[in-house]
Amino acid sequence: MISIYDILLDRFGDEVIVGQNAEATDPWIEVAPASVTEVCEFLRDDERLRFDHLNDLTAIDHFEPDPAKRARFAFEPHLEIVYHLSSYETRLRAVLKARLPRWRNDKHGEPPALPTVSHLWPIADWHERECYDLLGVYFEGHPNLVRMMMPEDWQGHPLRKDYEWPEDYHGIRTQ
Amino acid sequence: MNPTPWIDGRFDENVITTSLEQTMNWARANACWPMTFGIACCAIEMMATGASKYDLERFGCGAFRSTPRQADLMIVAGTVTFKMASRIKRLYEQMPDPKYVIAMGACTIGGGPYFKYGYHVVKGVDLVVPVDVYVPGCPPRPEALLEGLMRLQDKIQSKRMTRGGQDVLPVPHHLGHVRLPEDALALELEFAGERQI
Repeated sequence: MISIYDILLDRFGDEVIVGQNAEATDPWIEVAPASVTEVCEFLRDDERLRFDHLNDLTAIDHFEPDPAKRARFAFEPHLEIVYHLSSYETRLRAVLKARLPRWRNDKHGEPPALPTVSHLWPIADWHERECYDLLGVYFEGHPNLVRMMMPEDWQGHPLRKDYEWPEDYHGIRTQ
Repeated sequence: MNPTPWIDGRFDENVITTSLEQTMNWARANACWPMTFGIACCAIEMMATGASKYDLERFGCGAFRSTPRQADLMIVAGTVTFKMASRIKRLYEQMPDPKYVIAMGACTIGGGPYFKYGYHVVKGVDLVVPVDVYVPGCPPRPEALLEGLMRLQDKIQSKRMTRGGQDVLPVPHHLGHVRLPEDALALELEFAGERQI
């Protein structure tokens, strides 16, 4: 049984491979967001790993919108991008996580950015568009990063925990 | 078998006297062509209503038109999202007058299961286009849609065209119960007796 974490740590060092959680049901490896593309390219092309399939790419918003409950909230507010990878060739599975601030430079409404992987796995194109649309993550280098689910002129990202509903949309009441 | 004639032999010399209002309403109510237009799962029930078992065509409303320009009735069957709302409005505006709308299913009436947390769903299609008949259910059974259609026909029949005439909807619109034939009633009582034993 090979350790993906050890291979990655050996190749990239602990600046890039920030940590891991081996006890979780799906053990995950945390990667520095700026190096996501290099790590993913290595995972896809390395002889021992050959991760030829991206199962899922999504984000998690760790935030408690209710101030009364915030004191007992177990996480620092942050955004996590999750990559689920698997290989048809080597039958391996891996979960990568990249930790981002909720907003770029703490300015509400400005999506944080990390590099795209859409040139490595073409399916990531749509996953990243969906992620951008609903959770507000900007993927640098994506060929066509426009909204996917919501109308193109929609304001905000609905799956953010502190999302505020617009009063109306083109004259249609939303509540 | 000797069928009793329905209409033949009951009129003289091919001349029938009736009011224009009645004729127009009769024609409109019995040739109310719906638009081929389904948005979500309710559309499956709408298709079932149009198919042979329930047969919408019995009431003159089975000719699903593929263009809004030939349709009189829009059955909004399914979840209306904000993205879809502008398209629905455009389709409605392309239909010729008089036009009618049936809101079919919980989502279309008021957002349904998406009412509270659905950021993408219009909370009722009546915020977008005027609705004549609401058919509740999730999704409504084909019988319910047929019922809704008949209530729409009632509404069309009640239209008054004369100057100063007021539209009067039949009240109650519908009695709400069906009278069973005598022999069916007797059978029902018999079964009820058996169940008690």
